[in-house]
Amino acid sequence: MLQRQTPSEAKEITYREAVREAIRDALTRDQRVFLMGEDVGRYGGCYAVTKGLLAEFGPERIRDTPLSESGFTGAGIGAAMAGMRPIVELMTVNFSLLALDQILNNAATIRHMSGNQFGVPLVIRLATGAGRQVAAQHSHSLEGWYAHIPGVKVLAPATIQDARGMLWTALEDPDPVLIFENVMLYNMTGKLAADAGPVDIDKAAVRRIGRDITLITYGGSLWKTLDAAATLAADNIEAEVIDLRSLRPLDDQTIMASVTKTRRAVIVDEGWRSGSLAAEVCTRIVERAFWELDAPIGRVCSEEVPIPYARHLEEAAIPQAPKIVAAAKAALART
Amino acid sequence: MSGTIDKPRLSRAHSLDLLKQMIRIRRFEEKCVELYTLEKIRGFLHLYDGEEAVAVGVIPVLEQRDRIVATYREHGQALVRGVPMTTVLAEMFGKQQGCSGGRGGSMHLFDRATNFYGGNAIVGGGLPLAVGVALADHMRGEDVVTACFFGDGAVAEGEFHESLNLAALWSLPVLLVCENNLYGMGTALAIAESETDIHLKAQSYRITAEVIDGMDVVAVEAAARRAIGAVRETSKPYFLECRTYRFRAHSMFDAQLYRDKSEVEAWRQKDPIVRFRGWLESNHMIHPEEEARIEADVAAEIAAAAAFAEAGTWEPVEHLTRFTYAEIVS
Amino acid sequence: MPSLGADMEAGTLVEWIVKPGDRVKRGDIVAVVETQKGAIEIEIFETGQVDQMLVSVGTKVPVGTPLARIRSDKEAVAGLAAPPQVAEVTAPAAAPAAAPTMPLPAAPRPQIVVAVGAGGRIRASPAARRLASTRGIDLSAVVGSGPFGAVIRVDVERSGAVVTPLAEKRHVIGLDLNAMRAAIAAAMARSKREIPHYYLEHQVDMTGCEEFLSRVNAGRPPENRLLMGALAVKAVAAAARRFPAFNGFYQDGQFTASPDVHTGVAIAIRGGGLAAPAIHDSDQLTLDDLMARMRDLIQRVRAGRIRGSEMADSTITVSSVGERGVETLFGIIYPPQVAIVGFGKVVVRPWIFDGSVVPRSVVTVTLAADHRVSDGHAGGLFLAEIGELLQEPDKL
Repeated sequence: MLQRQTPSEAKEITYREAVREAIRDALTRDQRVFLMGEDVGRYGGCYAVTKGLLAEFGPERIRDTPLSESGFTGAGIGAAMAGMRPIVELMTVNFSLLALDQILNNAATIRHMSGNQFGVPLVIRLATGAGRQVAAQHSHSLEGWYAHIPGVKVLAPATIQDARGMLWTALEDPDPVLIFENVMLYNMTGKLAADAGPVDIDKAAVRRIGRDITLITYGGSLWKTLDAAATLAADNIEAEVIDLRSLRPLDDQTIMASVTKTRRAVIVDEGWRSGSLAAEVCTRIVERAFWELDAPIGRVCSEEVPIPYARHLEEAAIPQAPKIVAAAKAALART
Repeated sequence: MSGTIDKPRLSRAHSLDLLKQMIRIRRFEEKCVELYTLEKIRGFLHLYDGEEAVAVGVIPVLEQRDRIVATYREHGQALVRGVPMTTVLAEMFGKQQGCSGGRGGSMHLFDRATNFYGGNAIVGGGLPLAVGVALADHMRGEDVVTACFFGDGAVAEGEFHESLNLAALWSLPVLLVCENNLYGMGTALAIAESETDIHLKAQSYRITAEVIDGMDVVAVEAAARRAIGAVRETSKPYFLECRTYRFRAHSMFDAQLYRDKSEVEAWRQKDPIVRFRGWLESNHMIHPEEEARIEADVAAEIAAAAAFAEAGTWEPVEHLTRFTYAEIVS
Repeated sequence: MPSLGADMEAGTLVEWIVKPGDRVKRGDIVAVVETQKGAIEIEIFETGQVDQMLVSVGTKVPVGTPLARIRSDKEAVAGLAAPPQVAEVTAPAAAPAAAPTMPLPAAPRPQIVVAVGAGGRIRASPAARRLASTRGIDLSAVVGSGPFGAVIRVDVERSGAVVTPLAEKRHVIGLDLNAMRAAIAAAMARSKREIPHYYLEHQVDMTGCEEFLSRVNAGRPPENRLLMGALAVKAVAAAARRFPAFNGFYQDGQFTASPDVHTGVAIAIRGGGLAAPAIHDSDQLTLDDLMARMRDLIQRVRAGRIRGSEMADSTITVSSVGERGVETLFGIIYPPQVAIVGFGKVVVRPWIFDGSVVPRSVVTVTLAADHRVSDGHAGGLFLAEIGELLQEPDKL
């Protein structure tokens, strides 16, 4: 059953609006916060997340940047080092590669290299994921790569509550935090309490309680996994669904408690299968809960192919609910 | 040059100080060579011999509240800025008493007390950082200048162009000091850049830019006063191309196959220390006893720093994963 | 030989620029060294007089090797480019101060230990589980030597293939004949070690049975025909009902008679395997039902589709050599059972029947029994009862 708050005075909003409210809230609360990125101001944001914010907060705090990912990400790092609380918006994870040097060689390492003298309290927001037929160069899911790096934190808000609540906690964090927003979630609607506020950024959440198998996932794949769980329930298989929420650090405790209960696991991850984040989670389960397992751990990931343009091919390339159902049944040795 | 902008006050005291600062760097770097051959200093070592006039000419003009971003060839900048020689050398030994806790080494000297923002080993990587630091000061309306040192090699990196554009576009108080020593590691400027007059590139971004003789500490200081004054007054970036030369190799392990000894020798004739000392001597602004005392003071300071570094201790291995994330003290 | 780079391990001296007797001062270039990157000039950090060259031109030496001796103005003798604490000429360079060595990678953080609770869950490796189900071994009875007391494969191998009643019926997919052989070996060795066998032999006239079978089988298709084996099993089962000392289990120092008679039927498997699955309640079944069960068992054993429970709960076993075997079979008791009845092949012998010597079909029936539970007197009565029952096959 979907875990949701029963909010008082809840309103129906979209994920996109929830992110916008989070940004607005942060800009209002703390004068050190400002946002910069490509087309965030006059254009209103590539995904319309920042629409209206330029008019509300002005060009000093909502800064349109030139197409200089490395330049303005590094600038965000420097500004954070010097006491501001910037939000850098890298339009998508696809373009973040141009800023990878700044993220890895500066943001992630400065605290360490300086012997704890300088920290980088920076938040970077990125859109991620496939599903809109925008082809190979615009459809990556590289959050698993970033989760590889010590020195950063990596988040994947999959619900409206998390879209609204994770940003503030991330801004308060003294270390760099990367927030990945799946492009397929922006239009999603849901209920949000009027007084919804910050949420934690280091715990996984059990979105559906079950007993027969644990399905572990994050981000855009959460909803497909919940659909799969509903399908499995019709076959009398009760799946427990875990939303990782934080990809670095991973919440081992929640994962292991669930797998110990159900003795089976399938991990759903939109990254490519080889060297995926799913591989990391799988290995941790083997390291820490091997003796509880009754079946090999399964993975449903993107296929080993750059994401194709044609719709049916794109759908076949990324995780879908039927594949998750099949993987779960395989783990239960059922067809 | 505006008449109201300061010219260097070449008082005797100030002149002796300029000379001492340059000598201090030179002797320190020599000591580093020795220590490196003895394997006290490990990894990569990039030395500043020949370029002293740039750091010594620029940095003393900055205020305490100003900030510095530098490269991996930053011992000179760190020492002039006031990072204690003891902690610099201890850092290079890897001891936890080093200015970066032994975690950084020669290429990553950081010091919060003197606003020294590293020590950056990715060529061009410090430029966006400097822009960001200046952005923070600009947004807070604070009168702070950020000086960013980088070499001719960085000019080829995309980040150089992105950073100059941002600094000019957003009117940020950055002093961009290009130490053009004619070589990016082993590649001569002439075969790396279609336009070798680097200051022209800055001008193409509508940044005020000058080219100066980086082997003349007085010229460098004069330019620095002009530039820093302009940055403070206009809150716009300023670009100084300092033409200089490194007498030693790019790093310790470099056979210098890419340049002639005769070229090195020709530049040694313009050694900033030799030139300035000669000028002081011919103007009777320095006596041999004062020169001897400068050398003796510097030698003593270096010996003390070496002893400090040698006596330093190793960070316990159990602390390995510290400083990856902030430690929350509850 | 100075260290000039992080990855320099040795250098070749290619030129001396000074000679003994020359004065040198700190910073002078004194030699040229060839490295993997090219020729590099090396400088001296002492001021004094060159005393003696220690390495000649053309020699390759490791970093840290002294190259020359300098009579320093400050000290009597100092080494050139040698770490101060290196005493010998040939000592290779090593980190001068004792740097702390990296300990072995820290053990992974402790596993999340969850108390074994609900459901009496057993921790066992996949390999152990597989072996146990092949051999019909109850995991809960196996002591584990793995982490958290988990059962690993070697624990199952050592457990001696005890065939105990299992908690749940499970399907065994396929039979591992090597494992089976090993299990049989373990069981038989244990039997001979622990059970004091005694043996009795009895000759039984089977002519009546043969005639009975001919009559009953006439007109039946082959798959419905009764075989001698069914008569044998039924007779043993019926006798066992009346002689409980031969039908039950000896465990933990005592014998418990079984209220049911589940006759184990030894079945040979091509390739060298042997299984003795039970026919449950064999004394209650009609001959036809018994025959059907036996057929089913034989077929399933040979296809490797026997249930664990069928392997586990025989209360007495019957073994037969079959038609091409020998005349007498002495069996070994399957622990924890206490008896095994063996049938040789049916042979035609000269027999005394109604006072005359006539040819009769005769079979030798043996009993091997556990002397801790029964003695020869009872055994003889039991065996005799089997013989009597076989004289009236229509009443079986």
